Amino acid sequence: MENSENIIELIDVTKVFDGETIAVDKFNLQVKKGEFVTFLGPSGCGKTTTLRMIAGFEIPTSGQILLNGEDISKLPPNKRPVNTVFQKYALFPHLNVYENIAFGLKLKKTEVSYVDKKGNAKVKYKKLAKSEIDKKVKRTLELVDLEGFEKRSVSTLSGGQQQRIAIARAIVNEPEILLLDEPLGALDLKMRKEMQIELKNMHKRLGITFIYVTHDQEEALTMSDKIVVINDGEIQQTGTPTEIYNEPINTFVADFIGDSNIFNGTVVGKRKVKFCGAEFDCVDDFEVNEMVDVVVRPEDIKLCAPGEGQLKGEVQSCVFKGVHYEITVVLGRFEIVIQSTMSAIVGNLTGMKIEPDGIHLMQKVYTVNKYSGVITKTNTVQFGDGEFDCDVTSLYPSSHLDEEGYLITAQGEKLDLTGTEVDVEVETADITMSDDKEAGGVVGNIISIIYKGDHYRYIVRTEENEEDYVLSCPDMWNTGDRVSLIIPKEKIKLSLKVAEDKK
Amino acid sequence: MKLRFNRSQLCIPYALFLILFVIAPLLVIIYYAFSNGQGKFTFDNFIGFFSSTNTLGTLLYSFALAIVTTLLCLFIAYPTAYFLARSGFKKQYVLLMLFILPMWINFTLRITALKEVLTLLEGNISLHPFLNSVIGMTYDFLPFMILPLYTSFLKLDKNLLEAAADLGANKFIVFLRVTLPLSIPGIISGITMVLLPSMTNYVVLDMLYNSTYIMGSLIGSYFSAYDWNNGSMISLVLLVIIFIVTLVTNRFGDKDSDARRTVL
Repeated sequence: MENSENIIELIDVTKVFDGETIAVDKFNLQVKKGEFVTFLGPSGCGKTTTLRMIAGFEIPTSGQILLNGEDISKLPPNKRPVNTVFQKYALFPHLNVYENIAFGLKLKKTEVSYVDKKGNAKVKYKKLAKSEIDKKVKRTLELVDLEGFEKRSVSTLSGGQQQRIAIARAIVNEPEILLLDEPLGALDLKMRKEMQIELKNMHKRLGITFIYVTHDQEEALTMSDKIVVINDGEIQQTGTPTEIYNEPINTFVADFIGDSNIFNGTVVGKRKVKFCGAEFDCVDDFEVNEMVDVVVRPEDIKLCAPGEGQLKGEVQSCVFKGVHYEITVVLGRFEIVIQSTMSAIVGNLTGMKIEPDGIHLMQKVYTVNKYSGVITKTNTVQFGDGEFDCDVTSLYPSSHLDEEGYLITAQGEKLDLTGTEVDVEVETADITMSDDKEAGGVVGNIISIIYKGDHYRYIVRTEENEEDYVLSCPDMWNTGDRVSLIIPKEKIKLSLKVAEDKK
Repeated sequence: MKLRFNRSQLCIPYALFLILFVIAPLLVIIYYAFSNGQGKFTFDNFIGFFSSTNTLGTLLYSFALAIVTTLLCLFIAYPTAYFLARSGFKKQYVLLMLFILPMWINFTLRITALKEVLTLLEGNISLHPFLNSVIGMTYDFLPFMILPLYTSFLKLDKNLLEAAADLGANKFIVFLRVTLPLSIPGIISGITMVLLPSMTNYVVLDMLYNSTYIMGSLIGSYFSAYDWNNGSMISLVLLVIIFIVTLVTNRFGDKDSDARRTVL
């Protein structure tokens, strides 16, 4: 079979907490033996939950976890050949360094086959000999550069040393997979960089499969063979660090990994796209006239003399960042961020050039909000998590409402629309936000902001049913802001549900 | 002269209190313990204590009673506190209150009620003095054992339990190798809170018609007979014993609180 080289495979793994919060949604992943895989995503995206399901601390609500082709989804953690390095180390405070590392070894039993008197082959389980445990602990301590620390109490160690002991405690058991849950999160920057390199070396030397969880994109790019970008419990993109960085599949990935300029663009010809008021050659092939998201990395924009290059703008700021300058150029209502090794003079006009392979086009994920709704008694429409005024006469051509609120069709039929199910569409630009909780039809919190050159794209989520509203707005709001959403009556497009249409 | 307020001056009232109500009485006890009725220095009381089978027997009996009570408390409180702290039940505090609540009821009232219950069960309760005393004191001191244990279970880092399971330990071994050793500070303070008072608390015994003497009742009887000297000597011996016990348990406690700090 082809997938026999997959050491671990997750099939449609879903985890729901308390019967309502979906932490992980239909997660599918294959990891090859010896790979260094990183789960990358913002906090609360479900990456740790997925790791905990592989470790056995959580049991998936549905789906399967296969280890070497065998279903282990319901095995307790102590029966899995998997070890974990915890975020806060979780070293046993009542044991010294030696006892901590030997904890797993002392519990381990090895199979010994022998032939009994009657000549039958039998298998006996034997504990590891003390001398063997000593040897393994010593060797592992050497591996993490802490020789001679056996007798030390764990409380006397520094954060970095505790981290090494935690790693040693896990790898001494020679697990098939090593799980690391943000293991470097508590260390300072310099220590973290050192440990990154050490972990990577350790991975090479040991040949164990590593599954690493982090929210630090740089860490993920530095260390991994394969990155799995996760958001809202769903895999956004899986690929090598280069693929993820150079070919982000959607604006979330582009925004999360590295810095990026994100614009709204339109495809104007074969491999030609228009954004920021100029036309560019690009390498991605999309249908003509399709609206797309355009992602340009700050280092892919070259400064040149005004007049040269495709764009021209005024330098608004130039900040020295050590290796490069971060330059902001204003071009009409667009703001473009550029990284360059050369500085620019604030106030000067500058040209900007972008090569075709620096322009990444991606399908627009949210151009319109679609919901299922119901018409209420008072001829408003309920959808998402709120109730909005709407024009119900738009459902039937040239119809009108009588004074009692019944709809009179063009044929003179009198209809009671209460309870009619409809499809609702609202353009992202037609929703506005307000601080006044009473002003709009629904109240929610901003959960995501992505800057798109001349405007921000917001996702507002309601508390009650966790409905998402996507909208674009030129003003700056903050994540977590509580806003009410206003949708003008005429901007709500209604259509009868096809199944409901009897004729 | 300027009146300057110093933070260390805050302890003056406490120091006065300490001198007046702790140190001075202690000196008085020592004086009486080593003098006879005429006020002359003597070791007679000391020799008397250790040569009288009556006092030594009482000392042993007190010890036996206190140790059995403490063990029984520990035996009941440990699983109770464990499940209280572990339970996913959101209102676990309410459950805890059920165990603490009896403390709010007047002590004599509680023991009187217990007496009635025991009479109902046993008939003549003076026939089982030791058993009844143990039941009475266990009932009285149980919350003092549950509370420290409950706190130490609450403070237990769940990651440690997961780490142990991850390293191959089944539930029983996780308990034996991680939960139990890390709850020792709770056990120690629980024992301190129960063992020491149950050695001297003779009110429970009295109320349950236990005619046997324990250290507390012995002191009481000497004092009510105006024999200050012998009464003081017994108090002094008891004090030294308690001091030694505290010293030993603190040694244990210190070692573990040191280890605890690293968890936090």
